[in-house]
Amino acid sequence: MAKPTINTDSEVQVLEAVGGNASSLHQNWSGNLKYAVVGMAFGVVFVKAEIISWFRIQEMFRLESFHMYGVIGSAVAVGMLSVWAIKKFNIKTLQGEEIPFHPKPFHKGQLFGGLLFGLGWAMTGACPGPLYAQIGSGFSVIIVTLFFALLGTWVYGKFQHKLPH
Amino acid sequence: MRHICAAVLPSGIPYFQYNWKKEIWNLYFVGGITLGAVLAAVLLANPNPVVVTPGVLNYLASFGITDTNGLMPSQPFNWSELLTLRGALLMPVGGFLVGFGTRYAGGCTSGHSIMGLSMLQWPSLVATCCFMAGGFIMTNFILPFILAL
Repeated sequence: MAKPTINTDSEVQVLEAVGGNASSLHQNWSGNLKYAVVGMAFGVVFVKAEIISWFRIQEMFRLESFHMYGVIGSAVAVGMLSVWAIKKFNIKTLQGEEIPFHPKPFHKGQLFGGLLFGLGWAMTGACPGPLYAQIGSGFSVIIVTLFFALLGTWVYGKFQHKLPH
Repeated sequence: MRHICAAVLPSGIPYFQYNWKKEIWNLYFVGGITLGAVLAAVLLANPNPVVVTPGVLNYLASFGITDTNGLMPSQPFNWSELLTLRGALLMPVGGFLVGFGTRYAGGCTSGHSIMGLSMLQWPSLVATCCFMAGGFIMTNFILPFILAL
């Protein structure tokens, strides 16, 4: 019944794997609040570390400041440590489920999509998460950027089967 | 992103046909990011102008962008400039590229550059290099023309 579709998005594979990123256990409204709290922590950090600053992105791509390289580099270092710790100590999710690590298979989208995202990144000074923080920090006009980012996501979904992968 | 699309734009596209309700925590998360940014901007505000390297300052000033009071310059990024050519290119087109590009690449700076590299995935390294290449191309070769509009 399910038609085979091109499935190159690592996130989809995660979603379709058993349990995956989505918890298979039921979560109610209040259970989801903890994600909002973690989100708020992210929002504060995004603003205070100036990761969402258009100026910092310009500096990064004009090789005038180490700021963003330092942020991304230390995030990778912490990420590596976390991945190592999760594997080593078999850390479970809050619902007590295993945390699966899925390999990200290579496809051409990482080249084309990556380049396109890079262009947009330098224009807007944000990747998807920080867009929300830009809005929250007082730039209401970024709602327009967010709307078009959603549109871009939708268009990708619409034409996914026609794009080279 | 994708979850909002799945939730609000039911369109019979296979890519969006999955149980988005299971992923609802994402929406709480981005809601939290927005609130956190409001908190940081209101309660923890930095009263001083954002520190920008002199090179970038001079470069931006040559396009009439001199406002460093916020994290973004209000000159191209405000509602009235949305209707100018410069604003219409930067925000809608930039936003579209961000949305389309991240989904096409299968992840963004956090998914590929931070998590992917942490897990030593070479496709993520490829994606990260492409993000950076796109950014360098835009900033150094295309943006000067857009900002001059």
